[in-house]
Amino acid sequence: MAAAGAGRLRRAASALLLRSPRLPARELSAPARLYHKKVVDHYENPRNVGSLDKTSKNVGTGLVGAPACGDVMKLQIQVDEKGKIVDARFKTFGCGSAIASSSLATEWVKGKTVEEALTIKNTDIAKELCLPPVKLHCSRKEGMRNSLNASMEVC
Amino acid sequence: MLLRAAWRRAAVAVTAATGPKAAAPTRGLRLRVRDLAPQSAVPADTAAVPEAGPVLRPLYMDVQATTPLDPRVLDAMLPYLVNYYGNPHSRTHAYGWESEAAMERARQQVASLIGADPREIIFTSGATESNNIAIKELEAAIQPDTSLVSVMTVNNEIGVKQPIAEIGRICSSRKVYFHTDAAQAVGKIPLDVNDMKIDLMSISGHKIYGPKGVGAVYIRRRPRVRVEALQSGGGQERGMRSGTVPTPLVVGLGAACEVAQQEMEYDHKRISKLAERLIQNIMKSLPDVVMNGDPEHHYPGCINLSFAYVEGESLLMALKDVALSSGSACTSASLEPSYVLRAIGTDEDLAHSSIRFGIGRFTTEEEVDYTVEKCIQHVKRLREMSPLWEMVQDGIDLKSIKWTQH
Repeated sequence: MAAAGAGRLRRAASALLLRSPRLPARELSAPARLYHKKVVDHYENPRNVGSLDKTSKNVGTGLVGAPACGDVMKLQIQVDEKGKIVDARFKTFGCGSAIASSSLATEWVKGKTVEEALTIKNTDIAKELCLPPVKLHCSRKEGMRNSLNASMEVC
Repeated sequence: MLLRAAWRRAAVAVTAATGPKAAAPTRGLRLRVRDLAPQSAVPADTAAVPEAGPVLRPLYMDVQATTPLDPRVLDAMLPYLVNYYGNPHSRTHAYGWESEAAMERARQQVASLIGADPREIIFTSGATESNNIAIKELEAAIQPDTSLVSVMTVNNEIGVKQPIAEIGRICSSRKVYFHTDAAQAVGKIPLDVNDMKIDLMSISGHKIYGPKGVGAVYIRRRPRVRVEALQSGGGQERGMRSGTVPTPLVVGLGAACEVAQQEMEYDHKRISKLAERLIQNIMKSLPDVVMNGDPEHHYPGCINLSFAYVEGESLLMALKDVALSSGSACTSASLEPSYVLRAIGTDEDLAHSSIRFGIGRFTTEEEVDYTVEKCIQHVKRLREMSPLWEMVQDGIDLKSIKWTQH
């Protein structure tokens, strides 16, 4: 089960990462070093930072990115028998926008079913946080989908 | 001619008395200045409620990017902005003469800082223009083999000092021109263009507590180094850089050089002590911190540290009341990490985790202590949020993991 889950995790993560195109740097205006206060808020008042018990059968874990790229995100969700997400946790190695994106993702998925959660788009997250175009890739790298996919196995 | 000579004698006597003072250095520039109207651009949609009262500005720890104007430099410049506004190339009246005298005095001040002859200093708009003048067309002038070596004296990202004297010796023996961009080094470490056999040097005003928009290029006369002018026009600056020389700016540059020459040793000692304090205090409280760059051949005021498992830009965001810079990809427009760190062989993940601390003439011990305290606090916090730190604590070797590629 674990091995199949891991394989699905990797495939789902790759699909997610390859799906949305990376914005070419040339088209972008100068990167905004001004942090929107919503982005700062996610760092100063963190919600859902941490870990769930990854050995538990109700917990799905997704890990995407690479340290060499400056972006690694771990997302975990806990699902009840009815397929509803009751808890979510994240940890991120990445810029302020990446931290805020993953934090917001954990807030949004709580209370949704897995299917509903899969409909959340990175552009929605970017809009909510007012991320400038150059930061869109930070919200793109959500481990959400693969952790959600992994959790579907456990139900 | 006689009138001008008489005027010149009188002018020298007066201005000698009013040059930048050799008094004890003024300390304690309050860098946390209270602004009444926050001018910095805040995105319009966040300003729901205007903040009442004065706003504090961040501490400034980014002297490699630019430096504040030394008050003594401003003192030297003001008369030339307000009263002595003549064009230094006007030969027919006192306005021109006094402006020219100031320009030549500034030229002498710059030359004396680097051991050059004043006739070898050409004023430009900055080190970038100086670099361009020095390098352009030089290769075409001589043999197809290596014709010019150009090396930075002190690197602006990691503070490493290049072995300039050795390189100069080699170039001289091989009859190859040697140019160095000394923007971060002038006035901070001793330089002598003759001892180090430098043929061309670029100097920047705003890196040495002088004004922005001015610099100089040193061009050796003996043996003569021929360069081609970048901009043509009225033939000013010996034909090598046409355009009216901006007297207030060059007076500022000259004053900055003179102050730097007087204070170099004191500044170096003080900055070394502060740098040592910063590095020691951070490293004894935080594990897994790497200093980038050779620790021995290093200018102490530029400290580049990598905090493993924490991304640079997130740390900059967390340290919001300190102005710092990073070698992280997220902070560069191209989303590529620092090429300097890559060139010295830093692991890519550490390149994403680097922060540059700049300590300068006006940095206080209090500011360093505050920066250190906040840095330690936020690195610990970000590590708690980091999946990499968690994995390392669990005993996983990060290098063994097959990360997802994109």
